[in-house]
Amino acid sequence: MAELRYREALNQALREELERDERVFILGEDIGVFQGAFKVTDGLLEAFGDKRVRDTPISENTIVGLGVGAAMTGLRPIVELMTVNFSLLAMDQIVNHMAAIPYMFNGQARVPMVVRMPQGAGHQLGPTHSHCLEAIYLHVPGMLLAVPSTPADAKGLLKAAIRDDNPVVFIEHESLYGAKGEVPEDEDHLVEFGQAAIRREGTDVTIVGISRMAITAQEAAETLAEEHDIQAEVIDPRTLRPLDLPTILESVRKTNRCVIVEEGWPHGGVGANLAALIQEQAFDHLDAPILRVSGLDLPMPYSKPLEQLAFPHAEQVVETVKSLF
Amino acid sequence: MADGLDEAREWLATMLLIRRFEERAGQMYAKNKVGGFLHLAIGEEATIVGAVRAMRDEDYLISTYRSHGHAIARGTDPKRVMAELFGKATGVSGGRGGSMHMFDGERRFMGGYGIVGGNLPLAAGIAFSSDYRETEEVTVCVFGDGAANQGTFGETLNLAALWKLPVVFMVTNNQFGMGTSLERHSAQTDLHKRGEGYGVPGLRADGMDVGDTYEVMSEAIERVRADRTPILVEAVTYRFAGHSMADPEEYREKDDVKEWREQHDPIKNFAEKLEDVDLEALDEEIGARIDAAVEFAEDSDFPTPESIYDHLYVDG
Repeated sequence: MAELRYREALNQALREELERDERVFILGEDIGVFQGAFKVTDGLLEAFGDKRVRDTPISENTIVGLGVGAAMTGLRPIVELMTVNFSLLAMDQIVNHMAAIPYMFNGQARVPMVVRMPQGAGHQLGPTHSHCLEAIYLHVPGMLLAVPSTPADAKGLLKAAIRDDNPVVFIEHESLYGAKGEVPEDEDHLVEFGQAAIRREGTDVTIVGISRMAITAQEAAETLAEEHDIQAEVIDPRTLRPLDLPTILESVRKTNRCVIVEEGWPHGGVGANLAALIQEQAFDHLDAPILRVSGLDLPMPYSKPLEQLAFPHAEQVVETVKSLF
Repeated sequence: MADGLDEAREWLATMLLIRRFEERAGQMYAKNKVGGFLHLAIGEEATIVGAVRAMRDEDYLISTYRSHGHAIARGTDPKRVMAELFGKATGVSGGRGGSMHMFDGERRFMGGYGIVGGNLPLAAGIAFSSDYRETEEVTVCVFGDGAANQGTFGETLNLAALWKLPVVFMVTNNQFGMGTSLERHSAQTDLHKRGEGYGVPGLRADGMDVGDTYEVMSEAIERVRADRTPILVEAVTYRFAGHSMADPEEYREKDDVKEWREQHDPIKNFAEKLEDVDLEALDEEIGARIDAAVEFAEDSDFPTPESIYDHLYVDG
């Protein structure tokens, strides 16, 4: 094991997969000469040259579509988009093309590609650079969706995504790029899609945390144990498609209570979807309503105190869990 | 003009096959055998055959929602195109795509696409892949005049010129973006000039003349094959039928359509240029093929309910 930052773990995954498979290449805005807006692609241009690491113009829809066409003809593109908000410009290529093509052409074409993008608030980037939109991508069938919260998962899931024959939307969290953690050094360390991680075992309540909120949920769980004698079980689904629902249901059947924490908007959110699934399949095991803690229902404000109010923190999770008892 | 009479006859036969296929598809639509939208290429056959015959087998073709003819010209059995219209499991896309989403990977027909302008970025990616794999392949990307106003047109032409990608962008200018005429939707109506600012040179072909379309597309394809940098070809044509079957055609004069049909019919005009062509016998032979295609589509099974999720994901 080595201690790496989340961005270094991603960089290592990219480096290893570029090394392993000639068909893999990376394209995106400022990923080469600039080394990546968040330095995830640091050093890759120098190591692999501009055939494999391509700076693109600012044309999100077209660079995703270029990836789709390349993937349909035997390559394995990785497209980096600078934020999840910018990915909205590429929605046509992501939804109408990347996700639909394998199905609409009856399996004659495959689209083995990864679209990577960071999301999340906390850097005062305001209403067009800070959102968490995993719910939008969760909505779309035909592609896989990863939301890693640790350096080890970032590396293992990204490597698995690159090797997968399905299109993958891979959502990183901007505030986690500097986070450190132990990362396996094995070049074949993969994290399988559809395998949730139980971050903390507990008997009293299940807290499901999405993306960075898996970290926030763990902080909350520590406070709950230390100050309120509540033992929370914290689950990080790691991938939303496929979703490891059995692990979540098993936990809820044990704890009989569930709180879902996400940074995205509440309506039509990941939590809304998950709450529906849990109540459909484990209703008789619930001793209390499933509660959600989410980002506020508005565009992200710039001003620091407002921004801090607009996405969930551990204190809100603690208060929400306490209200169940 | 074609090298030999046999080649010219083959062009004529393929254009007529597309014409008769489209007419029959329209009839089948009227009989409710075909659902959804049905966009016919009647009047545009020379743009299809002229372009496709200028391509090599290893070249890629990518098209729009008006793509039955592209599949047929590329060699896809009309039976499987008709079966797709009928929504049958034997259709080229297994009944999942329908009229707007034909595909035949074996013949490097990389699909028809329902989103206007959606196929341009894909074409750039296919061409990128050809160069990445160090091949001589060229991609021909067909789209309509309406698509020239999408953001993907500017984005993709810029990127293709910047990265020197081997693509022939072929704008089939049928003079209407659905019901909006060219002069009402584009400030620059010489569409082949729309690439200049992006560094993509333009050529223009008479899209009602299969020989001229072939010549211009051959020049474009071979230049692109050698130089590995894109060219924009405008083929000026005219859609004899409505945009789709659901088009009352209130945006254009009946007399204009009549004049185009009578004076510029690409099939009639080309047949007149050829000596010793028995159009009637050819038509009869093609009619039998279309009958067989309809029969095949009728007799084929619908996809089973159990198959509904097939190919949504690749397993393993």
